[in-house]
Amino acid sequence: MRSGYFTALAVAVLLGSGMLVFAKPPAGSGSITGKVTYTGTPPKMKPIDMSKEPSCAKQHATPVMTQNVTTGPGNALQWVVVYISAGDEGSSAPSQGARYDQKGCEYLPHVLPMQVAQQLQIYNDDQTSHNIHPLSKTNPEWNKSQPPGSPPIDTKYDKAEFIPVKCNIHPWMHGYFAVLNTSHYAVSGEDGSFDIKGLPPGKYTVTAWQEQYPAQSQEVTISGSEAKTANFVFKVLPY
Amino acid sequence: MTLKKLAVTFALGSMALVTVGATSVLAQSHVNSPDPSLGAPSVSSAESHIGNMTGHAGEGKQLYRRYCIGCHGPDGNGEGMNAQWIDPKPRDFTEATFKCRSTPTGTLPTDQDLYDAITRGFVTTNMPAWKPLTPQQRADLVAFVKTWSPRWTKGKAGAPLDIPAETPITIESILHGRELFQRLECWKCHGPEGHGDGPSAITLTDDKGNPIRPYDFSSGSRFMCGTTNRDLYRIFMTGLDGSPMPSFADVVKPNEAWDLVHFLRTLQPLKTQEADLWMAYRAAHGADLKPIGPDAAPGGQ
Ligand code: HEC
Ligand code: HEC
Repeated sequence: MRSGYFTALAVAVLLGSGMLVFAKPPAGSGSITGKVTYTGTPPKMKPIDMSKEPSCAKQHATPVMTQNVTTGPGNALQWVVVYISAGDEGSSAPSQGARYDQKGCEYLPHVLPMQVAQQLQIYNDDQTSHNIHPLSKTNPEWNKSQPPGSPPIDTKYDKAEFIPVKCNIHPWMHGYFAVLNTSHYAVSGEDGSFDIKGLPPGKYTVTAWQEQYPAQSQEVTISGSEAKTANFVFKVLPY
Repeated sequence: MTLKKLAVTFALGSMALVTVGATSVLAQSHVNSPDPSLGAPSVSSAESHIGNMTGHAGEGKQLYRRYCIGCHGPDGNGEGMNAQWIDPKPRDFTEATFKCRSTPTGTLPTDQDLYDAITRGFVTTNMPAWKPLTPQQRADLVAFVKTWSPRWTKGKAGAPLDIPAETPITIESILHGRELFQRLECWKCHGPEGHGDGPSAITLTDDKGNPIRPYDFSSGSRFMCGTTNRDLYRIFMTGLDGSPMPSFADVVKPNEAWDLVHFLRTLQPLKTQEADLWMAYRAAHGADLKPIGPDAAPGGQ
C-alpha cells in the first residue's frame, strides 16, 4: 500500500520532469543561483505537542518542530521563495499540478510555490480529518473539511498572493501557498541554496520572500546564457 | 426591536462620528461625499435583485450612513466607532467574505442571502435584526453593501447549493447522523455532546485572529444563519466563511446530510420530533451507545 503510493509518486515525478524537458523546453538558458542566509540570532523553533492527535503523534519518532524560521549550517535560511518579480515575460501555467500533502499533521512541503492558474491538488494522507483553510485576502477565501480517505481537493488561484494555510482542528499546522505570476522561481533548501533556471536574456528583479521577515529584491541582468549569482541575507531577531 | 430603539443604538456612533469628523474626512469620502463618483465608482448605479424587488445603492448609502456606519464604519471595513466595544467584530465588507451563504465556500453570497442576513440579524451578537426597515430599504442596503469590494463588479454569486426534499425523520436517520458527527469529527470543535467544548475549541480564532467559540447546541439558541432544518442543512454544507467552521459539501452526500440535520436537532434542548424519538431510543438502548469522541475507533470508522 505505502510502497505503491511511493512508486506512483516517483512515476509522477519522473513524468513531470520528462514533460518539462520534452514538452516545454525552457525559453532561455540563463540562470540565477545563490544562497539565502541570516544575520543575528534566530528565534528557537519549538517542538510541537501532537498528543491531542495520537494517530499523528505516533508517526514522529522525534517531535516535529515549528518551521517559521528554519535554519541550517552556515547560517542557511530554508523555505525562502526566490522568484522573478519583474522583467519576466510571463508564461501560461504548467500542465503539471502542484501537490500539497497533509501527513502526520504537518503540511508537506511547508511552503508550496505555484503559478497563477496552475492546478493545485491537496491530499489528506492522515487517519484524521483536517480542515484546510487558506487565509487568502486577494483571492477568495474558502475552508473545507477533508476527512480521511477523501479524494484530493482540486483547485487553483487566479491572483498572485502569499497565502498562509492553517487547519483549525490542529492549530499547530501552518504552511504557505506562494502563488506567483512567474514560472521562474525556487525555494531555498536546507543549505539555503536556490537555483532559478531557464531564463532568457533580460533585466530582472529577483525577490526573496520569507514568511516572517520583509521581502528583499535585487536587480540582475542576464545576457546570453549567463549564470549569475545573487545572495540574500535576512536580518533576524530572537523573538 | 423598534426603529426608535435602533436609532438610540446608533445615536452614539453617529455623534462620535461628527466630533471626529475633521480627522475622518478622507475616510468618509465613499459614504458621505455627495459626488457618487468618489470612492467606489459604481455606487449610484449598483443594484441588488431580491425576488422582483430591485435595490438601489444610492438609496442604500443614505440608510447605511444612518443605521450601519457606527459598527461597519465609514470605510466599510468593520471599524466603526462602536466596533471596539463589540465582540465578535462587525463584518469587514471590503473582504467580501460572508458567513450565511447558500453558495459554496469561497464564493460570493446571493443578494437573497445578504437580504436574509440583514433581516434576521445575528443572534447572540451585536448585529441587529433589521425587520423594522421596509423590504425595499433592506434591498437598497444589500446593493450598497456590495459596493465595498471590487469582487462584486468582477464576479457574480456562486451557484446556490441544491437541497433535496427532507428525508423522513426516523431513528435510523438520527443514528446514522450520529455516526457522521463522529466520523466527520464535528465533535473536535463542537464537543462530544455538542456543548461547544471539543479538544480544538479553545484554540479557535476567526480570520482576524480574534478568539471564536464553536456553537453550543445545548444553549438552545437559534442559529445565526436561520432556524429551519433547511437552514441547518445549508450551514454545515456551505460552511461559515471567515470562521473556522468548514464546508462539508464535498464530503457528505445530499441525503446523508439530512441524517446529520436530524441528529443535530437531538443535541438541542428543544421540543422537536427528533428529540422525542431520540429520548425514547435512549431510554431503551442508551447503554449500547458508544460515546462520541476520541475513544470511538480512530479515524472514525
Ligand atoms: C451594533 C453593531 C452593528 C450594526 C449597527 C450593524 N451591524 Fe451588521 N454586523 C455586526 C456584527 C457584529 C456582525 C458580525 C456577526 C458575526 O460575525 O457573528 C455583522 C454582520 C453583518 C453582515 C454579514 C452577514 C454574513 O452573512 O456574514 C451584514 C451583511 C451586515 N452586518 C449588514 C449590516 C447592515 C446593512 C447594517 C445597517 C442596516 C448593519 N449591519 C448594522 C454589527 C452591526
Ligand atoms: C474546526 C472547528 C469546527 C468543526 C470541525 C466544525 N465546526 Fe461547526 N462551528 C465552528 C465554529 C467556530 C462555529 C461558530 C462560527 C461563528 O460563530 O461564526 C460553528 C458553528 C456551527 C453551527 C451554527 C451556525 C449558525 O448559523 O449559528 C452549526 C450548526 C455547526 N457549526 C455545525 C457543525 C457540524 C454539523 C460539523 C461537522 C459536520 C461542524 N460544525 C464542524 C467550528 C467547527
